[in-house]
Amino acid sequence: MDVKFINPFIQSVVRVFETMVHVKMSVGKPYLKSEDHSAADVSGIIGFSGDAAGAVVISFSTDVACKSASQFAGITIDPQHPDFADAIGELANMVAGNAKKEFTDLNIKISLPSVVIGKQFTVSNSRTAPRIVIPCKCELGDIYVEVAMEVMRNPATGTPKTAAVGA
Amino acid sequence: MKVMLVDDSRTIRNIQKNVLAQLGHTDIMEAGDGVEALKLLEHDTPSLVLIDWNMPNMDGITLVRKIREKNKTLPLIMCTTEAQKDRVIEAIKAGVNNYVVKPFNVESLAEKIAQTMNKVGSAAAPAAAQ
Ligand SMILES: [Mg+2]
Repeated sequence: MDVKFINPFIQSVVRVFETMVHVKMSVGKPYLKSEDHSAADVSGIIGFSGDAAGAVVISFSTDVACKSASQFAGITIDPQHPDFADAIGELANMVAGNAKKEFTDLNIKISLPSVVIGKQFTVSNSRTAPRIVIPCKCELGDIYVEVAMEVMRNPATGTPKTAAVGA
Repeated sequence: MKVMLVDDSRTIRNIQKNVLAQLGHTDIMEAGDGVEALKLLEHDTPSLVLIDWNMPNMDGITLVRKIREKNKTLPLIMCTTEAQKDRVIEAIKAGVNNYVVKPFNVESLAEKIAQTMNKVGSAAAPAAAQ
């Protein structure tokens, strides 16, 4: 597995949660995920376009999502709160945006966040690249960052490249 | 001093509002995208605008350019997760006075706001004396 694609996401999730959620994150060993659906209760999703295609997904249990959103916003947020999806989406946005800056040779655009509440959704594009799961742990509980990213252009030559994250 | 917050995340606007309240600024205008912000600016001129980059309808860089077409001096701070060097340069070329990268801590945001207002204040002083 090519860690150079995954490390920016590890650094980013640690930085975002430390700065905005005020928790220390410990990161476990990333692994390949074979199934293309998610069993998480709550997921914040950001898509990539431009020189890379794919998505980053941050998944939580409902409990950990509420705690994370609450500590981020500084108020108590439950799934019925109007800012619940907003907070989860913005956390995903910051994780994607901060990871992106490490890919200095590539012009990557990130999408607006989408938030899925409920188990068993299928991440689109998931067949185009292997999905790497970064398991994270903090005092609020477990958080999973899934990355599927395929570089669409060789930064040096501008020619299409088929290498994917983790390939 | 009136401050306008432009970000599609209400959570971020609330955090920014808390920081501004700590600095003594409680007169706040809010917009969720560039289009909404331009509409508000037709009727009201704040002393400072914080602008997110990635938003629906009209993004922050377009908003900065639109504001600068009409107003060269209104202090603008980009507050965004876009952190790549070329984006920062693009924003400065478009006319922002300062740049805050998300995630930010409360202290760094407060400092950038104070820094921006000081710079603007000292730049305006000699002109006012003439
Ligand atoms: Mg945004």
